[in-house]
Order: sequence, then structure tokens, then C-alpha cells
Amino acid sequence: MTAVSRRLFLGGASVAAGSVALIGETRPVAAADEPPIVGPMPLPITLTVNGVARDTSAAPNATLAEVLRGPLDLTGTKIGCDRGACSACTVWLDGAPVASCMMLAIDVGGRAVTTIEGLAKGDTLHPVQEAFIAHDAMQCGYCTPGMVMSCAALLERMPQPTAEDVKTAISGHVCRCGSYPHVVEAMLSVGKS
Amino acid sequence: MHTEKFPVGIAGVALTEIERQVPDDEPPPLPVNDALRVIGKPVPRQDARAKVTGAVRFTVDVKLPGMLHARILRSPLPHARVQAIDADAAARQPGVRAVLLVAPKDAVLRYVGAPVAAVAATTAGIAETALRLIHVDYAPLPFIVDLDAARRPNAPTVYQHGESPQLAVAEIPIAQNLAITGNIRGPETQGSRGDIEQGFARAEIVVDGEYRTQTQTHCCMEPHAIVADWRPDGLTVWMSTQFTAGVRRELAESFGLKLSQVRVKVAAMGGGFGSKSQLGAYGRFAVMLSREARAPVRLVLERDEEHLDTGNRPATWQRLRIGALRDGTLTAISLQEFGTAGVGVGAGVGNFAQALYTCPNFSAAQNDVFINAGRGSPMRGPGNTPGAFAMEQAIDELADKIGIDPLALRERIDPSPVRREERRIGAERIGWEQRHKPDAGAGPIKRGIGMAQSLWGANVYTNAACEVRLQRDGSVLVLSSVQDLGTGIGTILAQVVAEELGLQPNDITVHIGDTDFPAGPPSWGSQTTASLTPPTRSAAWQIRQMLFRQVAPRLGVAPEQLIAQDGRIAVRDDISRGMSFREAATGLRTDAISATSARSDDYGGFRRHAGDSAGAQSDIGGVQFAAVAVDTETGAIRVERVVAVHDCGRPMNPRLIESQVQGGVLMGIGYALLEQRIMDQHTGHMVNANFEQYKLVGVRETPPIEVVLLENYQGQSATDAYGIAEPSNIATAPAIANAVFNAIGVRLRELPMTPSAVLAALGKLPLRS
Repeated sequence: MTAVSRRLFLGGASVAAGSVALIGETRPVAAADEPPIVGPMPLPITLTVNGVARDTSAAPNATLAEVLRGPLDLTGTKIGCDRGACSACTVWLDGAPVASCMMLAIDVGGRAVTTIEGLAKGDTLHPVQEAFIAHDAMQCGYCTPGMVMSCAALLERMPQPTAEDVKTAISGHVCRCGSYPHVVEAMLSVGKS
Repeated sequence: MHTEKFPVGIAGVALTEIERQVPDDEPPPLPVNDALRVIGKPVPRQDARAKVTGAVRFTVDVKLPGMLHARILRSPLPHARVQAIDADAAARQPGVRAVLLVAPKDAVLRYVGAPVAAVAATTAGIAETALRLIHVDYAPLPFIVDLDAARRPNAPTVYQHGESPQLAVAEIPIAQNLAITGNIRGPETQGSRGDIEQGFARAEIVVDGEYRTQTQTHCCMEPHAIVADWRPDGLTVWMSTQFTAGVRRELAESFGLKLSQVRVKVAAMGGGFGSKSQLGAYGRFAVMLSREARAPVRLVLERDEEHLDTGNRPATWQRLRIGALRDGTLTAISLQEFGTAGVGVGAGVGNFAQALYTCPNFSAAQNDVFINAGRGSPMRGPGNTPGAFAMEQAIDELADKIGIDPLALRERIDPSPVRREERRIGAERIGWEQRHKPDAGAGPIKRGIGMAQSLWGANVYTNAACEVRLQRDGSVLVLSSVQDLGTGIGTILAQVVAEELGLQPNDITVHIGDTDFPAGPPSWGSQTTASLTPPTRSAAWQIRQMLFRQVAPRLGVAPEQLIAQDGRIAVRDDISRGMSFREAATGLRTDAISATSARSDDYGGFRRHAGDSAGAQSDIGGVQFAAVAVDTETGAIRVERVVAVHDCGRPMNPRLIESQVQGGVLMGIGYALLEQRIMDQHTGHMVNANFEQYKLVGVRETPPIEVVLLENYQGQSATDAYGIAEPSNIATAPAIANAVFNAIGVRLRELPMTPSAVLAALGKLPLRS
């Protein structure tokens, strides 16, 4: 409901909130260093996204997902629940998948952010993207960018994943259309090739 | 009209021919899929690349210059009267550009989440802050959020004397003029036939059971979303909708505009499942805010709002009595039902018990029960999904009582030759022969196999049109306002046109989701493909005829001697004589030629046709088999395997259909085991309006799903295709329930079948009251 704002709470608590790289399910974990108290007005930040340093400004309570989708106009990253329960917003932080709705933009610092727009090398798709196309591992496509990011991260560290590995990698992802069977099928095919 | 011969029957089983009268501007019959190049083949989804790269634009991604962000203030109480509302402070807040009072003084709010006011501001944060500055003085009223409690004579009533509920559910026909007593509206007795008393008097065996199904919410991954841009010369709306043409009509009517002044667009669409059928209150708010603020307004609902106020599958209580002779012949079916669509109507259980099996005597008494909760709406297989959960268990129970195999009983009472074949295939795949007696396994993990059948009308929307345009460079456009929820209708249209023009699907550019194109059908009721592929093929065929007429003189033959195949236009008897399709197009007299065609009636006629909606002579359906493992110590049910055998007329793209059937099965597993809206009886709040406690099927709960498709030809249209979305969802929960009975020997008659319900059924936990 609108009466109590989680975002306000997060804003106030941002000195303690943070996020670390996740393997498998996405979940928030506390960070170590205490940054200075900032806000409430937007402040300038630089994000390294898809290999490019991007200067922008973000309110202290703005999530990475919001800043990516808003000022940086990278709308491929999707927000499904805005509280870390569906993984639609998954991006890479230094190569590891994280829920970008659970991370404040000002906490990203110099870490490398990779979004769905940065996964392909020019016109050459990532093998996971090719496999998703070949196996129709999507329907409406809303959860697909996040699903692709988790699957691609898995493949980067494990070239021959088993079905069990794939299930672990996407166990935090919600797909209401039910694309899971084709996602697993796609990942097993890409592991073989 | 002229006579044509069509293939009819099930490919690979029995195919014959039938003569049909076909309109002269429609193409000759298609042969069976085996003889086609593109239709019926697993053609990749056209927008797959855009979806895996994040390039595809959903409504939530639309950004316009000067766009404002809107939020809705919602009722914190389940039943209250607004005594005072003051939004002055909100309106004065810097950045706030428009405030809409939805619930003025004396308005009655009937559920938690009912809209009270809406604000548009320069940022979402300012809009949210402004909501908190709106002061509302609520006078609480007595409320009721439980189906059983709401039926009691002294229960608080949702509607007081003189107030009336909204009697509309999308375009589903709702019985009017039903009596309302307390919170109960009904009974609706439609479909009753024969003499029910005499039917039970003749019965040698009777089964009698009570079943309960829960409220399920749609949980579309893309929330309900709209961007409304009101301008002096007209209104443009981007909306995550299942029916662009319908939303345009609603907007024109609501705001006094001409259809030509309203444009509704949707590119990608993040799921609907029935919940995005109409403009909705939130859609109206966005337009009103845009008109007031003179700027585009973006309104995207949050996840909790999705659960509370965008529709749901109504909960039901059903009592089903079935009478039969010892040989299985049904003599009587009696259905009594009370369901709740919250403050709305439409909580019946469809025509499943009424229509699936041969039985001369049927009586139905279905009732809507009002409670203080968000309005129900159609959801994938509305009515028939809860209806099947009860009926297919009752039929299994009857088989058990008679002492025959559930499949053998269905052979006797199900007249459908299509389902007979589906049962045969499914039984073979699942290994039905190895099925043991109930509760026969050793050890704490008990395994079982069960099956259930599906039934859905083969629907057709006759107000459905498509334009095909061939341009001088050989490029081909397909234009329709139809929207793609994720089913891949755009890809299917490309297949249809490519088949007709001898091209490949990638040669065809499909532009859909825009009401500036010919009006397409809604994407609900499993009717998009059935409604739109025939006129699309007709339009493509007309283009082909036009092209042949212009090309024939260049080849020195009559147009009738030409064929279009493999990217060429050639002479039928000597295909070396011809030219590429592109070269042929270069010679067009004009920059483009165009044909628009609308859905004609099914060639063999419809069973019903009212307004724009028609029902084909036949049904669509399917049979599903499930294998489960039940842990009798923890109560956990695990679905280990599903075989889904389905029919949808001519399957247009088996790959896309497989995806959709898998989705239907998985939504059915969620319905069977996990999903449930939980209401707090003391506060009237939904306690799990999120994705953490409202549990959806994930990959861990996903079993291997084998999808088998029948090609069931009926010679009814230019493509002879029907739908698949709803039937794939209807049979899953009862198939699992029947498998659980086979595993543990106890029947679970309530959804969801949670571990505690299993333990209670096994006598290991006290029964819930």
C-alpha cells in the first residue's frame, strides 16, 4: 500500500544497505564499509555500464534498476516485484548476477554493471541468447532479460552445466508464462555446443 | 459462394473429406500440415531476438517528453464510507500537476485496495509523497471477506439495499435479473435439462462430494500499465492490454471521442491471462489525469496493487452429485455452487459439468457471493478450471465406486472421438498399464498416476480483420490491431502469409498492436488464432491473385496458370518459366497493392453467434495425465511428470503451442499445489499481496512435460485453426488430484493441496475447521 513507503525506509537505511554478488538465488546481503550520509537531494554518480562510464545523478534512495531504466534509458532490465522476489531485474555486477531492484545506485561505486543490452558483442549474440531463440525459451518476454542474464552468468563460469545447475541458477526467477522447460532445454543445448 | 472439398478428421487416425460452401473471395482449402511448407512448422518466434536482447518495448518502457508519473491512493479498510477527503495539500505540493478524487465524500469503499484518489506529478517519488498528503476520514463499516461466513443470514452485507453491484465481466455474458438476498446473488440455473429427480431415482450408484477452490491471482510479470497522452486533437494511449480495439472503443465512449480520435498501441505485452481485458478504472484515471495536466501520464501498478485490484480467479464451493447405472451410464448430474468474485460477479464454474459427458438429466444452481475483496475477472479457463477440479474427481470417484478403470468409464460416457484418441495416446505415454491400486506403494513416499479431461469452447471473434500489403520492392506487410500477449500471434500471421505467397516467414513484416490498423480480435477466450488467421490468409490470397493478374501478361500466360513458391512466381506446368517474387513485385502498377479481409462465419456455421462473439460447432479440449509422489511424512506433493495431449484444430506452430501448453500446465500446478490469496478475517487485508508469500511455480516445481498435439481438421475456415490457451490449464489440477488419490488412497477435495491438507487427509493433523 502507499501509506508506508519501503523506499523511504530504504533511503533512511541506505548507510547500512548494500548488495553483493549472488550465485543462484538473488538475495540482499549487508556490506561492510560505512559511506557518508547523503541526500535527500539527487547526487552525481558515475556508473560503469556495459563497459562505458556514464555520468548521471541519482537520489540516495533510487535503486540501480530505476537508474538503469530511467536516466540511463536501458529499459531492457525489467522490474517485476521491486523487492527481490522475482529476479526479473537481474544484471551483472562485476560479472555476477544481482537483483538490481535490491541495490541502491549510489552503492554500486566503480563496479562493472552489465545489463541485457551489453550482453551481445555487436551483432553477435551471446550463445545463451541464441539458444533461447532456438528453443523458444520465452513467451511474453518480460522475465526473459533477467533469465538470460542469470543463465549467461552460469555459462560463463560453467561451460557444461547440468539441468540441476541450470535449475539452481534460475531458481529465483519467476516466469508466469511457464518458460522454464524451454529455458532448461536451451541451456543444455548450449552446453553441448 | 462455391463448393470446396476439405479434409476432416484426425490426421494419422481417420481423415475423410467434406464439402463446404466457401465465399468467392476466400482461398481454396489448405491440405493437412504435412503437405505445407510453413504452416504447422516450428517457425521461430519473430520477436525472439528483440526479447533476448532487451530491445523490445513494453508499455512500462514507453517514455514521452514531459511525461508525468501517476500513483493511486487506495483504501486501507475493507469497507468504509468516506466522511471527508482533503487533497489541497497534495495539490499544492511542488511537482504535482493533477489530483483526481476518485472517492468523494460519502463514497463507499468496499475492499482494501479500492481506489480513493490519483495523483500525477513530475516524478513517481513526488506522486507518492503527495498521496500521503491526502487526508481521508474513513467511517469503517462492517465487512466480510470469507465465502462461507458471507453466506450466513446475519453476515454484514457488501451491498446495502438500493445499491447494486456492477454486472459486467469483460464481454462474458452474465445473467441479469437474478435475485440478491444478503450477499448471495442467484441461483443461476442455465443449462439445466431433463428431470433430475427421476435421474437420481434411476441411479444405481451415487457419488456426492463437496469441493473447494481458492482465489488465484493472475500475477502477470508486466504489471498493468498505461501511458495516456491527451491532446486537443485526440488521445493516444499505450497500454498493456489484451484488446487494443476494445480499449479504443471504451475510451471513445467514456470520453466522448470519435474512434478516429483515439489510438491505442501496445508493442510487447507482459502477460494478461484474462486480467487485462478492459480499460479498467486505472486506465480511466490515467487519461483523466493527462487531460487535466495537459501532459502524458504514465501509470504502472505496483505488485501489491496487482494482487488487490486487477482481478482474480474467483474462489468456489461446489457440491456435485452424480447418479449412474452400474455399467457407468450417467443418469443425473446435480451441481450446486457458491463462488465469490469479491465485490463483482461471474464466480460460476462454467459449462464443464453440464457439457463434458452424456447425461440426460442435469441441474445447476450457481450463485455469486459478495465479499469485501477485489473484483474477480476472467482467468485462463474461467469457470471451467474450478469446475473441472470437482467434476473430474467426481467421475474418478464414480469409476472407483463402480469398480472400473477411470479411462474405461470415460470411454462409455464421453462421446468425443477426439478425446478418445487423446486418452489413448496419453495413457500409452504415461504408462497407465502400470498404474497400481490406490495406496499400494510401500514406504513413506507414495506414487500415483491420474488423469483428467479438458473442455473449452472453440471461440471465434467475427469482428476481426487484417490487411496484407505488397510493396513494389517485394516487401510484404501484415497489419492488424491484434496484440501479442506472448503467444506469438505475429509469427503465426507471418507463417500464414508466407505460405500463401511462397515466401519464408522472415520475408514478412508484421505490424500489430496499433488501432490505426484494421481491428483485430481480443486475445482472450483462446480465439485469437481462430479469429485472425483465416482473414489473414484470405487477404494474402487476394494479394496473390492481384499479383498474378499483373504478372501473367509478362509471362504470356493466364493468371490461373501461375503459382507462387520458393520465392518465385512461375508457370505451373513449367516452373523454369517465371521470375523472382521481388522482380514480379517490381512491375506493379502502383507502389503497393493492399487487401483487407474480415473473419467470415465458419463454413459449417456456428453453434452460437451474438454480437461479435461466436462459438464453433465443436469444442476444443485435451486430456492430461500426471504422475505424482506424495511424501506421507511431510505431506508434500511433487508432480514428477505430466503428459498433455491437446487439440486446437489445425496446429499452426507446434513450437509456440508447446510453449503455451507447458505454461498452462505450470499455472495448473500452481493452482493445484501452491497459489492462494490469503485474507485476514480480522482486518480484511490480503496478507500475501507479493511474490514471496503468494507462491508461484518455479523451475524447481517444474516436472518434465510432454506435449502431444492432434491435428483435428473440421473444414471450418481458411486455416481451420482454433485455440489452445485455456484448455491447457483446465485439466491439470484435477489430474494431479486424481493422481494423489491413486498414490495415498485419500481424496483431496480442496485447493490448494498443501502439505498440511495432505497430512490432515491422512489423519496426521487435525482437520481444519
